[in-house]
Amino acid sequence: MKANEKSGLAGILRAHEAEILEEWQKEQSAGQPRRDQLNDAEIRAASREFLGGVVEALNASGAVDMRSDAWSKVRDLLAELSASRARQGFSPTETATFVFSLKRPLFGLLRKEFANDAQKLGDETWNATILIDQLGLFTAETFQKTREQVISRQQRELLELSTPVVALWDDILALPLIGTLDSGRTQVVMESLLERVVETGASIAIIDITGVPTVDTLVAQHLMKTVAAARLMGADCIISGIRPQIAQTIVHLGVDLSAVTTKASLADAFAVALDRVGARIVKNAAPA
Amino acid sequence: MREAALNVAIPAVTEQPIRSSEDMVRLRQMVRDRAISAGLSLVDQTKIVTAASELGRNTLIYGGGGKVIATSLEHGGRRGIRLEFCDEGPGIPDIPKALSDGFTTGSGLGLGLGGAKRLSDEFHIDSAPGKGTRVVIVKWRPR
Amino acid sequence: MERIPILRMGRQLLVTIQVDMHDQLALTLQDDLTRRIVADKAKGVLIDISSLDVVDSFIGRMISNIAAMSRVLDAKTVVVGMRPAVAITLVELGLNLEGVRTALNVEKGMALLQEADR
Repeated sequence: MKANEKSGLAGILRAHEAEILEEWQKEQSAGQPRRDQLNDAEIRAASREFLGGVVEALNASGAVDMRSDAWSKVRDLLAELSASRARQGFSPTETATFVFSLKRPLFGLLRKEFANDAQKLGDETWNATILIDQLGLFTAETFQKTREQVISRQQRELLELSTPVVALWDDILALPLIGTLDSGRTQVVMESLLERVVETGASIAIIDITGVPTVDTLVAQHLMKTVAAARLMGADCIISGIRPQIAQTIVHLGVDLSAVTTKASLADAFAVALDRVGARIVKNAAPA
Repeated sequence: MREAALNVAIPAVTEQPIRSSEDMVRLRQMVRDRAISAGLSLVDQTKIVTAASELGRNTLIYGGGGKVIATSLEHGGRRGIRLEFCDEGPGIPDIPKALSDGFTTGSGLGLGLGGAKRLSDEFHIDSAPGKGTRVVIVKWRPR
Repeated sequence: MERIPILRMGRQLLVTIQVDMHDQLALTLQDDLTRRIVADKAKGVLIDISSLDVVDSFIGRMISNIAAMSRVLDAKTVVVGMRPAVAITLVELGLNLEGVRTALNVEKGMALLQEADR
């Protein structure tokens, strides 16, 4: 965009603000089947703010480079809008329509403004297109990122649900792991185990991997690091439920388990743990 | 949630001296603050602050004093922090050995380079006798 | 000069480290502890690090030194309250606090020391 061309768009937008907003609202509603979810006042306010921000940015920077500082207010606005639409479950198209629907009213305005100057009309239309495309794409990208964040938050929540830390006894926690472990998941789970150890003051944590079909090097390493970390904190870990295949893998990988107590079953591990904390389970005498 | 920019590195840089043990305290605080604003998890914050403490100590004690240059990174939507430790000290004669040395108890040097490397996502070292030392570490926030 | 306070509880000494220590403070603590173990005829030292959000090799060495000096003076050392993030980092760092017993909190640490003292 050349220096004297920038004032074209900014000036036009400012001069015809009310008109553009009106037209733009209409376009937005036409493309928005779920209007019941957004109230009109909200849309109007967001649109006005956005337009204002665009004019400001165009005046300040003279160029449509979305990445520059002059555009940070507009970016923030779009990011906020896009993120909230993503969270509410709108589609990317519905969300980007906020920006793209500005094209028709803007082009209409340009046609009127430059009715007698085909060259200028062509140039300004091109500038307007670039501007709106960049803004629209940015909106779509932010939408995408927010969606990814929502998904990963849901994954974490699912993870927490599926790996509860159980207080078996006053001083004894158990963490029954179920399903395939990947490095990332193992790390998260191990960190939360250690947090629970601190919270409950449990001296022993039993990590039961009966429900884990396979274990790779990274996971085995995470397990060992967790055991070492727990020991540094003043708690002990017992690993139970190691299947024959996993035992082979672990030995094969050269992981040194000599410093860790391992038991075949959770029940065995619990018995050992009870013994260590000085407790015993006693059967009641048979009723006479 | 605010997204600052697309694929642009936004350097916000600070430089601090490492010439006294008060500087070490300031170093740790600065790195902690930066790690928090990069959105690192608590464990990752702790790792990078600890790595910085190790490298800072090397700079101070082995390097005879120097400085740290801290940069906040943003690349492809991912945020991170970069720390560069520089000194004009004697330089490290045998880098592979220094990287593999464990910690020595007592008053030995125990360079802690290997530890700092393990705690970071990226690690670069530039050092030779008579040429001083430059160590760079980077920690990213996972996507 | 600032120093870290050392409290006495029976035959045990209790130290709570709450600040990011600079070198001089750490050295002063080691000196003070050694003197107090002798002066109070203490049998145990409990170091509470639950306020520390970073433990690097320098602090690690300080703790090991304290444990070693206590042992020479016939006292035991227990470190309590290490935070999970710190523990995970120390494991990665490769620091294993030789000769130092650990417990989850002050209560358990004291129990450990008193038991050892019997």
